[in-house]
Amino acid sequence: MENEKNKLILSTSPHIKSDESVPRIMLSVIITLLPAAAFSVYQFGWYVLLLYAVSVATCLLSEYIVVRLRKRPFTLTDYSAALTGILLVMVLPPKFPVYGVILGAVVSIVIGKQIFGGLGYNIFNPALVGRAFLAATYPVFISSYIAPRVSSLALAAAPAVDALSTATPLALMKFDAVSTPIGLLFFGTIGGSIGETCSFLLILGSIYLFIKKYIKWRTSASIFITVFILAQTLHFINPARFTGGLFHLFAGGLMLGGLYMATDMVTSPLTKKGCVIFGAGIGALVVLIRNFGGLPEGVMYAILFMNAWVPMINRGTRPRIFGTGAQHE
Amino acid sequence: MNIFTFRGGVHPPEEKELCKDVPIREAEVPETIVVPLAQHIGAPCEPAVSRGDNVKPGQVLGKARGFVSVPVHSPVSGKVKSIEKALHPLGQNVLSVIVQKDGGGESEYMDPMGSDVECLDPKDILGRVLDGGIVGLGGATFPAHVKLSPPKGKPIDTLIINGCECEPYLAADYRLMLERTGDLILGAKMIGRVLGVEKIIFAVETNKQDAAAAISDALSGNTDCMLTQTKYPQGAEKMLIKAILSREVPSGGLPMDVGVVVSNVGTAVAICEAVRDGKPLVERVVSVTGKGVKSPANFMAKIGTPISALIEQAGGTDGQPGKVIMGGPMMGIAQSSLDVPVIKGMSGLVVLPREPYMLQRHGPCIKCSLCVQACPTSLLPSTLSIIAEAEKWELAEKYGVNDCIECGSCAYVCPSKRPIVQLIKTAKQKLREIKAREKK
Repeated sequence: MENEKNKLILSTSPHIKSDESVPRIMLSVIITLLPAAAFSVYQFGWYVLLLYAVSVATCLLSEYIVVRLRKRPFTLTDYSAALTGILLVMVLPPKFPVYGVILGAVVSIVIGKQIFGGLGYNIFNPALVGRAFLAATYPVFISSYIAPRVSSLALAAAPAVDALSTATPLALMKFDAVSTPIGLLFFGTIGGSIGETCSFLLILGSIYLFIKKYIKWRTSASIFITVFILAQTLHFINPARFTGGLFHLFAGGLMLGGLYMATDMVTSPLTKKGCVIFGAGIGALVVLIRNFGGLPEGVMYAILFMNAWVPMINRGTRPRIFGTGAQHE
Repeated sequence: MNIFTFRGGVHPPEEKELCKDVPIREAEVPETIVVPLAQHIGAPCEPAVSRGDNVKPGQVLGKARGFVSVPVHSPVSGKVKSIEKALHPLGQNVLSVIVQKDGGGESEYMDPMGSDVECLDPKDILGRVLDGGIVGLGGATFPAHVKLSPPKGKPIDTLIINGCECEPYLAADYRLMLERTGDLILGAKMIGRVLGVEKIIFAVETNKQDAAAAISDALSGNTDCMLTQTKYPQGAEKMLIKAILSREVPSGGLPMDVGVVVSNVGTAVAICEAVRDGKPLVERVVSVTGKGVKSPANFMAKIGTPISALIEQAGGTDGQPGKVIMGGPMMGIAQSSLDVPVIKGMSGLVVLPREPYMLQRHGPCIKCSLCVQACPTSLLPSTLSIIAEAEKWELAEKYGVNDCIECGSCAYVCPSKRPIVQLIKTAKQKLREIKAREKK
């Protein structure tokens, strides 16, 4: 052993590595989500904290079991399973049952991620796979929202089924043609899924990730610009029927989806051009579903649909290799 | 002043302060030196001496064999102890001349040709470059006379003298630019004379502004000194030509295809010495540096000096070394033994202490695309690494694996610490084997 220690290490170049690592990236995403997560606990109560704990624990346990069964190296320390657990809760309504969350977390990890080969190999965003499964399994729970602790007058005036429940701004817009002021959407004094309501805190958190290049700004920018332009165009054509672009930017899950879900490294394109196409596709689908579909919200399906296209987008947007194609002089 | 650059690249910690301010000093030569007969790309030399012969400094030890080959000269006065296979820094055992030093001083250099460049015949300069055993000293060790003899259909209009030294840690070229500015410019003019170029450009990274200023002050005529961004791999010739002249060397091509020759500063100084003084390439500057040596330094080291002797003269190792690298940490070659000799292509010895990351296992690709952004040749390194893992060699070729310059930027930034360069090298090797089989 002593002899082994004295040997020089042989390996190919490069012999130095940057200090970026997968755990550091995943942990950074988790930390930047904490303000929005804390706000959700404040707005919707301690029950939400329980959901976060249950979801993260279930994700970690499912990952551990599957990885053991597949006889692969231990992966819990890369924090990716914990991140999936947090994101899953953020896209669920605040009164979602605990057993539903457990089921969703298991589906996210096992079907959404490990069945494809684990981190790096999955095609769809694992948390959204979990949510899509729950949307099909519990259609009533997934569309039952409650009023937050700090709410706004516009929502209180809206028709309510009972004292506690409320409608989301998108549902109000779709079914009752009531628009919510942008300020309320921005600061999150509205109903909605657990982690999506406060655009302000989500944007704040994401700034660090953009600076560190942990998320690709082109993807988010492309989504937001597309949504804004399309929604604004529709609004311009028929203001009575369609709400404006700003409303669509800050309503529903677009900020959470556009900043934290669509930008998931594993399930978004590698190339710059690819990110723009991917984002434009998501943006267009969101506007289409919200304005012409049967559902008030379409961010989840838009992202999942575009995830499926990522391998094709990557193939179609390969950059021009240095010294090939167009020559400069 | 404009600062030139290219697309992609990375910014590893420079670490040049370890040795950049240490002036070049003569390294002591041990009793026995080992001069390999293969120190260049191309055919190895044929021994020109036999066991027991007395040799003088500058005497030919190995004769060039073929056009792409250069002679090897004795750096010292002594006696040929034996001619045998010895471990070479590139990893193989190579036929080498072992010389026992005797302390004699009289040298057997070639005739000095003077320093009046305008009066020199380009053919004579070219002949001297060959006879002087000059190779590209940036590390590629391609015979210089071959590079300076482009075919008729490839006119050269620009000579770039590469003083970027973009590899972290190394400062050999920097010291040469500062301490030997005159010789460097004279050497560059000699190369320019051989090629008949219209313009000579010195390219220096912004972290060596004082060297750039020294060169600028001494320049005249159709020569220029340009600053390039401090970014790795700025010194890769394709990237450098793109940065400075906006010309792209075509895939699979050479700089001469776009009318350019790129030469390292060390090569220019060596050519100056060979032409003006008749001194063949028997020594070179080696930065012995890294956190694993006690007093990093820049040595003028005789070819054949065992690297252990250089490390000893740099204060010895500080703790247990993890890696000893010939060249820089981005593209250099890890050494298995400290007995290997200094060769013409050794720009530095970087001694790194043992770090956990060196033996860390790698993870899966998470498609973060940091490598895609870093790749100076606009490849998709992540995809290539996955294709190579799946052993789909032909597909790797379609994804441009042969356009990879192996600069290591991708593997440097990879958060999963994937051995991307290693996988790409494997794919290239497999493709060569497939091509060779097909030829049969």
